[in-house]
Amino acid sequence: MSNGAALTLGPLRLVARWSLRTADHAGRFSFLIADMLRGLAEWRIWVPRTLDQATAVGYGSLFIVLLVAGFAGAVTSLQTGYQFTGALPLYYAGAVISESMILELGPVLTALILAGRIGARYAAELGTMRVTEQIDALESLGRSPVSHLLIPRVVAGLLVIPALTMFANATGIVVGYLTAKGSLGLTYGDFEYGARYFFRPLDLWYSAIKSGCFAAALTTIPCYLGFNTQQGAEGVGRATTQAVVSASVAILMLDAVITKLLLVAK
Amino acid sequence: MIELLDVHKRFLQNVVLEGVSLEVKDGETVALLGPSGVGKSVTLKMINGLLRPDLGDVIVDGLHVPQLGRKELAQLRSKIGYVFQYGALFDSMSVAENIRLGITDETCYNDEKFCENRVLECLRLVNLPPEVATKLPAELSGGMKKRVGIARAIAGQPKYLLYDEPTSGLDPVNADVIDGLVERLRDELGVTSVVVSHDVRGSFRVADRVALLWQSKIRAVGPPDQILASKDPAVLQFLERDLEMTLIQAEGVARGRNV
Repeated sequence: MSNGAALTLGPLRLVARWSLRTADHAGRFSFLIADMLRGLAEWRIWVPRTLDQATAVGYGSLFIVLLVAGFAGAVTSLQTGYQFTGALPLYYAGAVISESMILELGPVLTALILAGRIGARYAAELGTMRVTEQIDALESLGRSPVSHLLIPRVVAGLLVIPALTMFANATGIVVGYLTAKGSLGLTYGDFEYGARYFFRPLDLWYSAIKSGCFAAALTTIPCYLGFNTQQGAEGVGRATTQAVVSASVAILMLDAVITKLLLVAK
Repeated sequence: MIELLDVHKRFLQNVVLEGVSLEVKDGETVALLGPSGVGKSVTLKMINGLLRPDLGDVIVDGLHVPQLGRKELAQLRSKIGYVFQYGALFDSMSVAENIRLGITDETCYNDEKFCENRVLECLRLVNLPPEVATKLPAELSGGMKKRVGIARAIAGQPKYLLYDEPTSGLDPVNADVIDGLVERLRDELGVTSVVVSHDVRGSFRVADRVALLWQSKIRAVGPPDQILASKDPAVLQFLERDLEMTLIQAEGVARGRNV
């Protein structure tokens, strides 16, 4: 084979291999989702475990989520002041802070933080259980690992993450207002006027829908990767890294798609 | 009865099993011997449906395992106790909760009093004190973890018991304890067992028949005496290597005692 042919085959082979691997992941991921939907019927198994997971994940993540949201609100407030002072009425700051938090910063920052925290946790837990044969042990006992391990984690995420996002929105707005008050001399009346002027109740629904979609991505992807871990400790490390990266990328892609849909809907 | 009929299995390019056939009669204990990586654990996992053969059939209790649906497989697995190589205990659960998971009958599983008594009974059967029940797996030694793994496997009163390297990673003294336990469970519970191992001495002690898995195929099957008398070079090579290992281990124990 000539060098030219080898060079042409190389990228083609890479693309083919990548396509096969993507199709393999897509197929297995779909089967796992189908298994989870089927497993919902076994509610006696997953409901008690979901409550445990929700407590661990929700309570454990509250501090970091509020901390990040608080800083995001403060920085938004400062940047609004920097860009708009003198150009627009001060009450616009109220609108920018509250709308930025509710529509974008609250859901996205919360999801990205939780992709690192919850995603890594799920992938590492399930990956370790896979390589130490704990998942095989469950199956060998005639019990479904999907109902015992996966559904509780995913449902807990779906319940807790939108709630955490709402707390993050509120914290960001409050901290943003306090920062604007201190740095721009914004009164509560002006802030409230600006916030109310541009606010639509649907915005909160959008925020909730967005965080729900992010929650689905940042729980199912790590669960899938952890559940299919291979090759010992190295495999667990790889699955954990992949889980955080894939969930974060999925969140950003979903953000673009949902934002486009939201804008069209509006 | 457990039957493997002309079973083939490969992982990518790696051929693991090539036409393996084996029969385990009711109440019998068969030891599946062979060097590491020869496919012993794969064979065991195919018996309870954790893996499917590429070709051939696995029949357990009259059921064709590769063709079973989800529910039928779960029902069959409730009749099979599986002892994993490293115990495979759930880290976040206590010993009692781990053993309780082995109770496969849902009515019994939801009965607190029954479970409490059954857990204690299983601990007694594997020679562990009742105090162990409240401990976490991380607080147990390797030998104790193996015994809890066995207790979990027998908690559901299975008809079949599959042991995956029950003595691997244990010193000869603890390995002897586990072999004695396998022997006692065979006599007391009368279960049909398959013991996967590379420890010849222990396998010959517990098994009614021994099968040697060598280069992806069953090379020899028969009672321990018959295997010991075999002139097959593969059998002789395997037995000699195990003898060397036993001598090395015995030397190690003796050195440990001297210190």
